[in-house]
Amino acid sequence: MSDPSDHKSPPTAPIEVRFRGGGFAPRPHRWMGPVVFVAVIALLECGTQAGWISALTFPKPSDVLGAFGELWESGLLFQHLMPSLGRLAVGGAIGASLGIAVGVLIGLFSYVRAGMVPVVAAIFPIPKIALLPLFVIWFGIDEASKYALIAFGTFTPTVVATYGAVDNVDRSLIRMGQSFGLSWMSIVRKIVLPGAMPGILSGLRISLAIAIILLVAAEMLGASHGIGAYILQAGSLYDLERLFAGVVILSLLGVTLSAIIGQIERRLLRWRS
Amino acid sequence: MDIRLNSISHSYGDTEVLRDISLDIPSGRIVCLVGPSGCGKSTLLRLIGGLERPTIGKILQLGDPPQGCLNPLTYIFQDFALLPWRSVRGNISLVLEDHGIRGASADAIIEDVLARTKLSDFRDALPRQLSGGMKQRVAVARALAVKPAVMLMDEPLSALDSQTRELLMDDLVALWTRQPFTAVYVTHNLAEAVRLGHRIVVLSRRPGQINEVVEIDKPLADRGYGDADLEKTQKHLWDLMRDEARAADEELIDV
Ligand SMILES: Nc1ncnc2c1ncn2[C@@H]1O[C@H](COP(=O)(O)OP(=O)(O)OP(=O)(O)O)[C@@H](O)[C@H]1O
Ligand SMILES: [Mg+2]
Repeated sequence: MSDPSDHKSPPTAPIEVRFRGGGFAPRPHRWMGPVVFVAVIALLECGTQAGWISALTFPKPSDVLGAFGELWESGLLFQHLMPSLGRLAVGGAIGASLGIAVGVLIGLFSYVRAGMVPVVAAIFPIPKIALLPLFVIWFGIDEASKYALIAFGTFTPTVVATYGAVDNVDRSLIRMGQSFGLSWMSIVRKIVLPGAMPGILSGLRISLAIAIILLVAAEMLGASHGIGAYILQAGSLYDLERLFAGVVILSLLGVTLSAIIGQIERRLLRWRS
Repeated sequence: MDIRLNSISHSYGDTEVLRDISLDIPSGRIVCLVGPSGCGKSTLLRLIGGLERPTIGKILQLGDPPQGCLNPLTYIFQDFALLPWRSVRGNISLVLEDHGIRGASADAIIEDVLARTKLSDFRDALPRQLSGGMKQRVAVARALAVKPAVMLMDEPLSALDSQTRELLMDDLVALWTRQPFTAVYVTHNLAEAVRLGHRIVVLSRRPGQINEVVEIDKPLADRGYGDADLEKTQKHLWDLMRDEARAADEELIDV
């Protein structure tokens, strides 16, 4: 390559080495999310005002806001939101805690694993909404059947995420615990559970989104109050403004839950870089 | 407390890993295990510490562990094995909590071992904030906290760069000189073996058998970096191992 006779040829001007190490490093841009939201909403507002989006295709964002204000002023917002939050909290808490417990047991005991993993695989793909009539027969038409549906729906993804997280705990740390003579309970509490926490929390993100979907489904099939019921009423009247107001509430609910989990992660997983 | 290995053999399925190992580990001495890669050094250490059972043979504790000893057989691992979610002191208190040592008495022990490993200023740091050498010193501090009768070290320095390794070897020598401890020290680095070992056990390639036991009488504190008579011992060890190592290396390629 570098033939010694080369240095006789006319020297080219020095070029700076081209930088090629950029990208592939996600950085936080806090303003980007709101900007996208505002831009999309502004576009929709322009379109519906100007008429190139017909009123039947999409409601005016300002009208949706109006429907939302109406909800707020009439006090209906809380009449619908509170029962929904209650169902989400009870059902989600039951499903997630049972799911974490079963997932940890699967991760720790090979007999439980051999017995439960096929069961979980069998019930995971069942659309839980299809089982609502069954739950109504078992638990009655009231709250209990809604709790059961939400709990059942959050249970399976939580189990799968949890035992995966337990499997991924560094075996050498467990060995270390054994070599220092820690009790079985201590190893589980102080090594396995904290080690599995990142995986469990990211599983919870998915489980809680599923819980919101099932909440709405349950409320659509039989409830007088709740966000789902409100959306159903609006939908059957083709009242798109109120329908969208309901959908926006659900989105906000999802964003809030995800932010809460983000906070918990930041608190519990401060040890990660 | 001494340890005696009575003709230990061990196999994993059809692979025989160790064959007929008999060895005494006298208290207050450092016994180094050297041998080609895959000859069963780590396996032997796991057997000694009771993390696995030998297929044939017995491992005996002779005499009682010293007063106040919480965990007679204590490991120091190559990969440090620190809990990343606990601070330096949390990692040390982990091994005390199960013995019901908390509060002031735990603090006293922790302060003492941190001072002995020169880590007092880092008691609240998380493992990810520490360099490799400091992490291994935390692991040494944690091992000292349970007042072990025998320390079992599996290549404790081989994840570190060579300067840090020299420094840590000096630290280990200083610790031993202040208060002699018993240790089984597995390494593939012959320079470490001649610096730290009172007795060096050379294993053959798999199945590991004792090839030769070399005693070094020179006190640890007098051994230095690049010592002439140590170099001679090191060369002798290398001559013992060279052909075995080459054969072992080629065996691995065959697998
Ligand atoms: N749990 C196990 N199951 C099956 N085989 C194993 C197991 N652990 C080790 N072995 C085999 O036993 C042999 C000895 O392994 P060991 O880790 O003890 O060697 P070593 O001397 O520590 O090697 P190195 O110098 O590479 O650390 C190897 O061939 C390895 O493949
Ligand atoms: Mg090894």
